[in-house]
Parts: sequence; structure tokens; C-alpha cells
Amino acid sequence: MTPAGSLLEARALRKAYGPTPALDGADFSIHPGEVVAVMGPSGSGKSTLLHCLAGIIRPDSGTVRYGPHTLTDLSDTHRSALRRTDFGFVFQFGQLVPELTCLENVALPLRLNGTRRKAAEHRARDWLERLEVDDVAAKRPGEISGGQGQRVAVARALAPQPRVVFADEPTGALDSLNGERVMGLLSDAARATGAAVVLVTHEPRVAAYADREVVVRDGVAREMAGAA
Amino acid sequence: MSIGHTLLGLLESGPRHGYDLKRAFDEHFGQDRPLHYGQVYSTMSRLLKNGLVEVDGVEAGAGPERKRYAITDAGVTDVAQWLARPEKPEPYLQSTLYTKVVLALMTGRDAAELLDGQRTEHLRLMRGLTERKRSGDLADQLICDHALFHLEADLRWLELTAARLDKLAAAVRG
Ligand SMILES: Nc1ncnc2c1ncn2[C@@H]1O[C@H](COP(=O)(O)OP(=O)(O)O)[C@@H](O)[C@H]1O
Ligand SMILES: [Mg+2]
Repeated sequence: MTPAGSLLEARALRKAYGPTPALDGADFSIHPGEVVAVMGPSGSGKSTLLHCLAGIIRPDSGTVRYGPHTLTDLSDTHRSALRRTDFGFVFQFGQLVPELTCLENVALPLRLNGTRRKAAEHRARDWLERLEVDDVAAKRPGEISGGQGQRVAVARALAPQPRVVFADEPTGALDSLNGERVMGLLSDAARATGAAVVLVTHEPRVAAYADREVVVRDGVAREMAGAA
Repeated sequence: MSIGHTLLGLLESGPRHGYDLKRAFDEHFGQDRPLHYGQVYSTMSRLLKNGLVEVDGVEAGAGPERKRYAITDAGVTDVAQWLARPEKPEPYLQSTLYTKVVLALMTGRDAAELLDGQRTEHLRLMRGLTERKRSGDLADQLICDHALFHLEADLRWLELTAARLDKLAAAVRG
């Protein structure tokens, strides 16, 4: 599969921890503005694939191309810089800084990218509103519910206007209603900004918010034939 | 569920008499609803007429259960097409899917691929329902959610079955 115009593309990724391979020749590609669900049983290699795609870990072999860059050839410094400016992350738990207010949490990546405090907090407030959690702006993560926390985390991932959002089981710790609210808001916000979303989930109802799905089994990713 | 395709699939491993077909069907797929002889013969005469099976021999004695049936090339193609075609997602599909998986294993076809194809079909429908739910009113949401939870249950079953294919293959092949 050679996807013309893809934003992020991985080929033949292999990664082993010790003797057993976590990825065993995985291919993947995503276009700008596309939401792709990565499904598959627990332990099949979904998170490893996401970490390789995002340049968090380096595969043993295979390549990851992001726009004109070959991530797998870049230095660690260069990769980290690219991650900060171009990628956003949402994980299952615990990614908010407990000492900061929710507003400061959302503003943090903007500040790290050099935005001034006032402008960063202004943009952060906009994103909290879009995610319908502006009422918790002054609270700390320990004072809000899990569903609110995930929405703050989505706001934080999207505020710097990343070109790719990596979400690893973003609804895994939420009940169905809250999980679906988070997914609806995440997919709408991503489509509105043209960001691509790599959505790792084992929940079919969450995957149904994506444009298509890829299934990982035993470290091999398969594009599902016939998926629109 | 398609009795015709199931009986055809059972014939792929070799010719069988009518009574033997019924026994094999009941053993693998008839736990809660064994076949009547009448169903076997009406099905076999339809398959004969359509050229999907042929009579391979007749035992001495009266009665249609004495006929021995063999699958034709057209019959093999028919089974292959049926197995490869995902089912339209609807409630109580499990018995058909179970039958297809077992027959795929018995006939040496790729059961994992069959399950993947079905998953794609289910997710396609789930995406449509999710879109409808998100643009609809509360009634739409509740109706779509009901369907979505049922489809999700099917998908969980597909996933568990995929994880146990090796065991199932060993059990089916005896
Ligand atoms: N840091 C690690 N050290 C050792 N083994 C790991 C590590 N990360 C993942 N694995 C192993 O790699 C395989 C794939 O894991 P992972 O990518 O986390 O799967 P998934 O996200 O689909 O559950 C599993 O067998 C897991 O135990
Ligand atoms: Mg994981």
C-alpha cells in the first residue's frame, strides 16, 4: 500500500523487547485530517506501534516518514523538537501535572514552545471552552473527575495545533457516556483543525468514531480491505 | 443460517450418505436444533437440481437416506464464496458465524481472514450508526446506542473466537 499524500507513514517496523517481537513487520499510514483507529488484542503491539510512529522509541528496523522527515534517521534532539511542535499526546491516565491548575496544564505546551504567558493562557481558555470544561480552569487535576481530566488532556494536546494527535486508549478509564463525549469532542476538534489522529483502542464503539481501522495482531498491522 | 451451504461444506471432505450428513450436522452445529431428515432431503434435492452436488452411489434398500452425495466443482466454489462473503450484521448472527468458522477450519480455509472481514463489516455499520447518533435527537441516540451495543457484543465474540482459533481447529479436526 503506497498511500499518496500521506502525512505519516511507517514501513516494515520491527521492535523486540528481549526474544519476543512486539512489532513484526508493521506498516501504517495516515493522511492529514484522518482519524484512524488502531485495534487489536491486548499485547498485540498497538502501543509499541504508536510509540514508534511518534518517535518516542526507535524501532529495531523499518522506517517512519513524517512529511519530508525520516523520523527513524533523526537525532534524539531533533525528534524531541519535532514531537513538541508537531505532535500532541493523550494517554489513558495521569498525564496532567498535579501542581498546576487545569488552565496552566493546557497552557504548558504552548509556553514550552515559546508562547508568552498571556497569549498561552488565552488560547488555553479557548480550548477548555471547546472541550466544554472551562468551568474547571482554576482547579487542579486532583479536584476534577476522570472525564473532565481527559477533556483537559485533549485540550492540552490540541492547543498547540499539532498536525498529528496520538491517543493511546484515551477513553480506557472512563464510563461509556464520558468516553463517547471525549471521543466526539476529540474527533470534531481534530477534523476542524485538520490534525490526523492515531487512536489506539480496543473498544469497538470508540473505534466507530474513526474514519477507518487498522488491526494489529501479533505485531503485524493490517489495513482492513474494503474499509472506506 | 444456511443449511444448504453447511451441508455442502460438510461434503467437501468427502462423499456422505444422507443419514451421515444429518449426523455430522447435528454433531457440529445442531446442539439446540437437530435437523429433520425432511430438511436434509429437501435441501439435497435443491442442491442436486442446481448442480452443486451429484449422487455418487445408492445403497441397497429403500429411502432417500441411502443416497450417497458428492460435492461438485460448482459446489466447492459456492462454499468458498459463501465463506468469503461477510454476513450482514444483524442480531443472532452468532450461529451463522460459528458455522462459517468451523467449516472454514474443517475445509482448511483461512478462518482468521473470515473473522477480519466480518469485523470490517460490523465496524462499517457501527460508524454509520455513530454518525447518525451524533447528528440525531435523543431518540435517535438511544435507538442507535442499542444497535451499537449489540454489534459490539458480536465484535467481542469475533475477537475471542479469533484468539482461540488454534484450539477450535484442533477440536474440529479431532
Ligand atoms: N517496555 C517493555 N519491555 C518489555 N516488553 C514490553 C515493553 N513494552 C511492551 N512490551 C511487550 O511487547 C508486546 C506488545 O506490547 P504493547 O505494544 O504494549 O501492546 P498493546 O498496546 O497492544 O497492549 C507485549 O508482549 C508486551 O509485553
Ligand atoms: Mg497498549
